[in-house]
Amino acid sequence: MLLKELTELNGVSGNEDEVREYIKKEALLHATEVKVDSMGNLICYKKGKSSEYKIMLSAHMDEVGFIVTGYKDGVIKFSPIGGIDERILPGARVLVGDKKIPGVIGSKPIHLQDKEERGNNIKLKGMYIDIGADNKEELERLTSPGDYIAFYSKYTEFGDNCIKAKALDDRVGCAMLLEILKESYQFDLYACFTVQEEVGLRGAGVAAYTVNPDLAIVLEGTTCSDVPDVNEHEYSTVMGQGAVLTLMDRTSYPNKKLVEFIYNTARENNIPVQYKKTTTGGNDAGKIQLTRGGVVVASISVPCRYIHSPVSVMSKKDFESCLNLVKKALDKLSGDASLIGSFKD
Amino acid sequence: MFDLIKKLTGAVGVSGNEEEIRELIIQEIKDYVDEINVDALGNLIAVKKSKGKKIMVAAHMDEIGLMVTHIDEKGFLRFSTVGGISRFDSIGQRVRFKNGTVGAVYYEDKLEDMKDLRFSKMYIDIGASNREEAEKSVKIGDTACFAGEAVKQGDMVISKALDDRSGCAVVVKAIKDLPQTDNEIYFVFTVQEELGLRGAGTAAYSIKPDMAIAVDVTMTGDTPESHAMEVKCGRGPAIKIKDRSVICHPQVRKLLEEAAEKNGIPYQLEILEAGGSDPGSIHITAGGIPSGAISIPCRYVHSPVETASLKDIENAARLLIEAIKA
Repeated sequence: MLLKELTELNGVSGNEDEVREYIKKEALLHATEVKVDSMGNLICYKKGKSSEYKIMLSAHMDEVGFIVTGYKDGVIKFSPIGGIDERILPGARVLVGDKKIPGVIGSKPIHLQDKEERGNNIKLKGMYIDIGADNKEELERLTSPGDYIAFYSKYTEFGDNCIKAKALDDRVGCAMLLEILKESYQFDLYACFTVQEEVGLRGAGVAAYTVNPDLAIVLEGTTCSDVPDVNEHEYSTVMGQGAVLTLMDRTSYPNKKLVEFIYNTARENNIPVQYKKTTTGGNDAGKIQLTRGGVVVASISVPCRYIHSPVSVMSKKDFESCLNLVKKALDKLSGDASLIGSFKD
Repeated sequence: MFDLIKKLTGAVGVSGNEEEIRELIIQEIKDYVDEINVDALGNLIAVKKSKGKKIMVAAHMDEIGLMVTHIDEKGFLRFSTVGGISRFDSIGQRVRFKNGTVGAVYYEDKLEDMKDLRFSKMYIDIGASNREEAEKSVKIGDTACFAGEAVKQGDMVISKALDDRSGCAVVVKAIKDLPQTDNEIYFVFTVQEELGLRGAGTAAYSIKPDMAIAVDVTMTGDTPESHAMEVKCGRGPAIKIKDRSVICHPQVRKLLEEAAEKNGIPYQLEILEAGGSDPGSIHITAGGIPSGAISIPCRYVHSPVETASLKDIENAARLLIEAIKA
């Protein structure tokens, strides 16, 4: 299953090679032309029946993770890459470097902590990665400073049609985009698999500058906090309630007409859809929208609980809803290309 | 000038939703410019054509506000902020939606300590008794701004959205009063400034002007126990030296200073320690664009009771016109 393979690949921001190679192989089966730019973005061009309009679809290949910064007393010291809640780290399983050396994140055991330490969360600087090395020489033989570290987490299907995996953000977007690349449309399609989103939306702006699209849709995995002790209005999104449309986040204010168009498309086709109720966070749309003279953008996302952790959870039904919705929206735009220019005021 | 300000501040135009104010401005200026365009983000670009250098003049149309994110079963609205709004400035305020619906902003009773006040503990009451009734007037994603009409008292005007409808008024006046010049002037009424100076950058990219002058409000140091700041209401428009987003180009600053001195327009110099403005994104667009700003001294910025001197605003318009002519 595509999502199983994609999520089990390691591609921490700045080190997306493995993910890019896999996607490139798949993309070559369906795209007209495939290019990798200087940052590592994979831009897949699918020629349309007409070249009057260009639509850019994007999903980011990178995931949050860590990097080796040094050694101390037989263990590895590390820094995070991308936003990670430190509190979920002690006890996490990781893979270090391209050799994928298994390791665990450890810290001072509770029975040795003093009262004050026990009352507080363990800070990242008190944590380390243990790869079971006997001595410093072995450590340095197997790893180097600058090695990328990814969570280790096997893709698992469980519960009521749910999936647990790492990197659902944003391998779900990559999986959807690969499916869409199989179709042909009236317009030129640029499927952009971007890099370094998690460290500042860096790849997307560059890709958008090159592509210079008329319209862009970002495919993402987004926050979902419909869990106990959270007020309903703070859920962000609800698992099972379908594809998520962003109203506004910290980096972009999606084009209202385009968002309404996508929402109506969902209702017309009985596809479950919801609005994202929080306005925090950001994604590639932030950079794409402000590229050159401005681009009409919208984001469609899959709700993912425990995002940015090794145990991200999503519902397969939401994934299907999302994919379905993107396809139907693109079909509509393909059926009447003049719609593509209609979202500007 | 007051009538123009009253008209412009009266529009509901929260960032990302500038349609109404844009239409209002188009009606004001359409007979005075050669070309009017609206770009992908909604920026309004009006051009006085000529053969010479390209000058971009910018003022932002958007204002801060609230966005409805959730409607509960009892008909109360939960919201997110659009742009920088202080939670304390919002309590007990009336807000207005585009369709005229008015809401009262308040906080959950259970709050024990005001220090714990967060927007997630606040809501808007539009007087609906349940969700269905509320949904007849508002929907998720709708935005509201502070309610209230502009009021003139002596030389001072008190209103919501002087940031930056007063700047828009200055630019509208310049469009109407500016004689034909050798230069091609692009008057840009930008969008989404309050969300991060967004519209200005993309507009500047499209235009690629030789120089840019923005008109926006700035804070003052003339209220009780205020932060130390030289700018005061009534002493004339301020010429921006720097703020958090830009160090203004010395040539642009010199141009503005000379225009003021030559024409006997009172002026002050502004350094804003907190806050950014459209020149922030304009000056680093493409290969770089020399940028500066004329600022209108304004008390209580980002509150429902922004207060400024009408004479300062009129002089800002004069200064802009003389600077462009130069």
